Amino acid sequence: MTLDTVTGSAPVQATRTDLLDVQNLRVDFTSRAGRTQVVRDVSFTLAPGEVLCILGESGSGKSVTLRALMRLLPQGRSEITGQVSFQGEDVLAMPRRALNGLRGARISMIFQEPMTALDPVFTIGDQIAETVIRHTGVSRDKAMARALELLELVRIPSPERRLRAYPHELSGGLRQRAMIAVSLSCYPQLLLADEPTTALDATVQIQVLILLKQLQQDLGMGTIFVTHDLGVAAQIADKIAVMYAGRIVEYGSAEEVLLNPSHPYARGMLASTVSGQARDRDISAIPGSPPDLRALPPGCAFAPRCAFATDLCRRTEPGLTPRGTFGHVLCHHAQDLASPALVGATVTAT
Amino acid sequence: MMNFFKLQGPAARVAPRPDPRDIGGPRQPMLIARNLRKHFPITGGLLGRAVASVKAVDDVSFTVQKGETLGVVGESGCGKSTLARLLMHLVPPDSGEMIFDGQEVGARYGLRLRDLRRNMQMVFQDSASSLNPRMPIEESVAYGPRVHGMGRAEARAHAISLLEQVGLPARLFAGRYPHELSGGQKQRVNIARALALDPRMLILDEAVSALDKSVEAQVLNLLRRLKSEFNLTYIFISHDLHVVQYISDRVMVMYLGEVVEIGPVERIYANASHPYTQALLASQLHADPRNRVTDPPITGDPPNPVNPPTGCRFHTRCPFAEAMCSSTAPRLHPLAGEEGHIVACHMADPSSGHARAGRAGLDRLGMARPLAAKAASEPPCKEGLRA
Repeated sequence: MTLDTVTGSAPVQATRTDLLDVQNLRVDFTSRAGRTQVVRDVSFTLAPGEVLCILGESGSGKSVTLRALMRLLPQGRSEITGQVSFQGEDVLAMPRRALNGLRGARISMIFQEPMTALDPVFTIGDQIAETVIRHTGVSRDKAMARALELLELVRIPSPERRLRAYPHELSGGLRQRAMIAVSLSCYPQLLLADEPTTALDATVQIQVLILLKQLQQDLGMGTIFVTHDLGVAAQIADKIAVMYAGRIVEYGSAEEVLLNPSHPYARGMLASTVSGQARDRDISAIPGSPPDLRALPPGCAFAPRCAFATDLCRRTEPGLTPRGTFGHVLCHHAQDLASPALVGATVTAT
Repeated sequence: MMNFFKLQGPAARVAPRPDPRDIGGPRQPMLIARNLRKHFPITGGLLGRAVASVKAVDDVSFTVQKGETLGVVGESGCGKSTLARLLMHLVPPDSGEMIFDGQEVGARYGLRLRDLRRNMQMVFQDSASSLNPRMPIEESVAYGPRVHGMGRAEARAHAISLLEQVGLPARLFAGRYPHELSGGQKQRVNIARALALDPRMLILDEAVSALDKSVEAQVLNLLRRLKSEFNLTYIFISHDLHVVQYISDRVMVMYLGEVVEIGPVERIYANASHPYTQALLASQLHADPRNRVTDPPITGDPPNPVNPPTGCRFHTRCPFAEAMCSSTAPRLHPLAGEEGHIVACHMADPSSGHARAGRAGLDRLGMARPLAAKAASEPPCKEGLRA
């Protein structure tokens, strides 16, 4: 295992076949109080038909990253820099009109709470047809036929009746399926999903996850899935990016990241997730709480909570250390921590 | 009905520590709930008459032994939060009785509500909205003791010591307002406040569900430590089966307002007998990408509790359902050879007449899926009846 530490941000190798190529994405929120760096140096690539999971706790910048890809953040109060290239087109430089043609047609999004994402005064059928008409210009009848097809695709039972139903008439699981139907209405090449199953019950969540995975494979969609749940990521992801305090601290294949994490935060998060631990012992928790983005510590943002932190970590920000075939780890000690002897010796201080 | 309380009674799994507050002795359960029921009326029409009711909690009975943790699991709408509020008498039950350490709650010569609430406290899910935003946290914690007659200075000293116990150094935190704390810290304050009256029992209603994973682990460790330090008994309500497995001694599974299975935690997780419990367990996600679930254990959503299915409420989603399941409601029945493990399923009752009677737990969901054809059937969501 040879790891070269590269200072700054190593460009993630982009290939000709990439659907999405994000380099050095940075999002700042500006307000009267000042400027806050919410997302920094985020780089990843996504091939068609691939699923990337962005994993992180609240405030880690995962949802902001997702919204930045579609430029859904409020203008004037946020600033997106870096490079987002979708099928070779620069999304960040795109004029508004072209962007509107992209949103909902070639890139679409599923939100966490379908009750607020769907319009309560229109039927499910109307809401799907609206998107279809807007992007393809077909007649209303054709669009409604398409809506029916989509409800069948997402396996909503008795779809004819549900076409005329309002969002409040559906259960949580059906509502999220309807939301998925809206987002698939124009067969997007890229699907962005922000915690789409978090609000659902366990027995319903697994149904929706399996459905999403199947649709994604059948339609060959690239998918970015934002979640805080390791189980969801393990269930659906090909690649995983773990975010902490606005940066990707570990990026790699799902198996690399979940079975053999390098970054102390990724390891700590895995160890502190409750899943069949011995009942008579404490769970190895990460001490402290995530940092305030307005007052990040100098050096590595995770250093104050890290059991392996040294003076170097508290002084200078780490650069990217490549890992596996395409991934990276953001840690000064990635090389030492990658040794098998240390795997399993996770954060023990409480 | 009395019969099954006896069956449940002697199985004290945790030897309770002697406690000067103890009244009924170590074998007397801390809490006995009998046939608790709460239906919320839905009013409609010109005169505002009740047109239907949400059957939130229907005939729920269970016991909690001294010193144990009873985990309560179920999906949204199964009545677990209503149950918590009924136990605290935040919502009065329609019927049913509660016995706290041998004293009947609210009865003429029994335990007064005020005394019940001193002995039994609750921690809610939303740590922010359960604290007064205009009160420094030290005052929030001292408020209860002061209402119950403690002097100002003494209550303050008590609050400071409690804040220290939950890991919030008073020097840094005592004067802060809730908005100056993170979610995990706020939940620690709520726990300190719940402990302020020196209760014997805590009801934790999704107390760690809103926290990030790394913080959740810290709070779970804290709860475990406090339990032995303060000699507490917990009712731990959660939808997270991993967490319930870690913290509970016994587990109670609810579905649409009814108890479907109660048993020791290791029996429930290794040998769940009710098809719903099996489905819940098979729906758990694991952090191993090599071990993905490819077929959903059951289909459809939980039905609307306004108009629950007749007979066994799970029959609309159950792959083993037969005609009798939709007509006759199963009673909680002890499993042969398993002490303290009871289940409400016709399959668990050898004399029920169900084709698989006596085979509960043998035909399992999530391993062999017997009736894939069921997947196409109508989910039982009742439309147009939402309040």
